Amino acid sequence: MLPLLAVLTLVELGSGLVLDTLRETLFEFPSLLVLVPVTIGMGGNLGSILAARLSTAFHLGLLSFSPDDERLVGNTLATVGLALTVFPAVGAGAWLLQGLFGATELGLPTVLAVASLSGLVLALIAVAVTLAATYAAYRLGLDPDEVVIPVVTNTCDVLGVVVLFGVVRALV
Amino acid sequence: MSVREVAAGGYREALPVLAVSAGGGLFAGVVLGGMEAELEAIPGLLLLVPALLAIRGNVYGSLGARLASALHQGLVEPRLSLGDRRVRAAVAAAISNGLAMSLFAATVGFLLVLLQGRTASLAALLGIALIAGLVSGVVLTTAVVTVVFVGYRRGLDPDALAGPVVTTTGDVVGLATMLFAARTVIALGLVGGSPA
Repeated sequence: MLPLLAVLTLVELGSGLVLDTLRETLFEFPSLLVLVPVTIGMGGNLGSILAARLSTAFHLGLLSFSPDDERLVGNTLATVGLALTVFPAVGAGAWLLQGLFGATELGLPTVLAVASLSGLVLALIAVAVTLAATYAAYRLGLDPDEVVIPVVTNTCDVLGVVVLFGVVRALV
Repeated sequence: MSVREVAAGGYREALPVLAVSAGGGLFAGVVLGGMEAELEAIPGLLLLVPALLAIRGNVYGSLGARLASALHQGLVEPRLSLGDRRVRAAVAAAISNGLAMSLFAATVGFLLVLLQGRTASLAALLGIALIAGLVSGVVLTTAVVTVVFVGYRRGLDPDALAGPVVTTTGDVVGLATMLFAARTVIALGLVGGSPA
C-alpha cells in the first residue's frame, strides 16, 4: 500500500507545482481559488463514470472499438454533455458563493467562461484518456475494471490542474 | 440501442451523482478561497493542496472499501465501537498511512519550494501535515465507519456508500482541517521570517 501511495503522492505534488506557479493570479482573484477543488475532482469523476460504463459493456461483449459503435459514441456524448451542464453551474455557484463570503473581484462572465471552457477541455481529455486506457487494457488482456479506473482518476485529477492553469492563463 | 438513447440514458443516470459531488467540491472551494491569507503567509502550502486532498481520498476510500468487504464476509459486526480488533487495526492503519504520507508530502513540497530559490518553513509545513492529518483522520474515520455500518444495518450496500462519502466529505474536511492547522501553526509562531 505505502509504495503505491508514495508514487501517487509524488504525482499529485507535480500538479501542486503547476498550481503553485499560478499563485499570484489565484491570490488576486480568490473566485478562481474556489474553482480549484471542483476542477481537480470533476475530471476524475467524469472519466471514472465513462470508464465504468465502457468496461461493463466490454465485459458483456457489447463494445467494439470503432467510431460507429453506439455505446462508445453515446457514452462519449453523455460525458461531454454532463461537463457542459455541471461546469457552467459550478462557475455560477463559485461566483455567487465568493460574493456572499468575500469580495467579487472577477465578473460573472469571466468566472463562467473559465469554468465552462475548463469543463469542456477536461471532458475531452477524460474521454481520450479513458478510451486509450480501456483499449490498452483490452489489447493487453487486463481486466478494465481493475486497471482503467485508478489510471483514469489519477491522470484526470492531475490534468484538471493543468487545464485550469491553461484556461486561466488564456482568459484572465 | 441508438446513439441518442445511450447518450440520454448515460446523462440522466450520472447527473445526480455529479451534481452532489460538484456541490461538495464548491463548499471545499469556498474554504480554499477563504484560506487566501494563510496560503500567502505559508509558502509551499498551496503546492501541498492537491497531494494532501488525494492522500485523504486514497487512504479513507480504501478504509471504506476494507470495512465494506469485511462486513460482506461477516468478519466484523456492524456495531459502532472500536472494540473489534479488525476494525481497530484497519482504522489504525488508515490513520498512520495518512500521517506518514502527509509528512512525506510536506517534506518533498518543502524541497520543491527551495529548488525554486524561494524560502519556506519545514517546521510549519510538517506541523500542518501532522495536525491536519490527525484531525481529518479522526473526522473521516468517524464519518466512514458510521455511514458504512449504519448503511449496512439499513440494508444498503456498503461498497456503494463508502466511495461517495469519501469523495464528497473528504475535500471539505481535508481543506477545513488544513485551514485550522495553518492558523494553529501561525499562532504558534512556526512560520517565522517575513511571509514572502
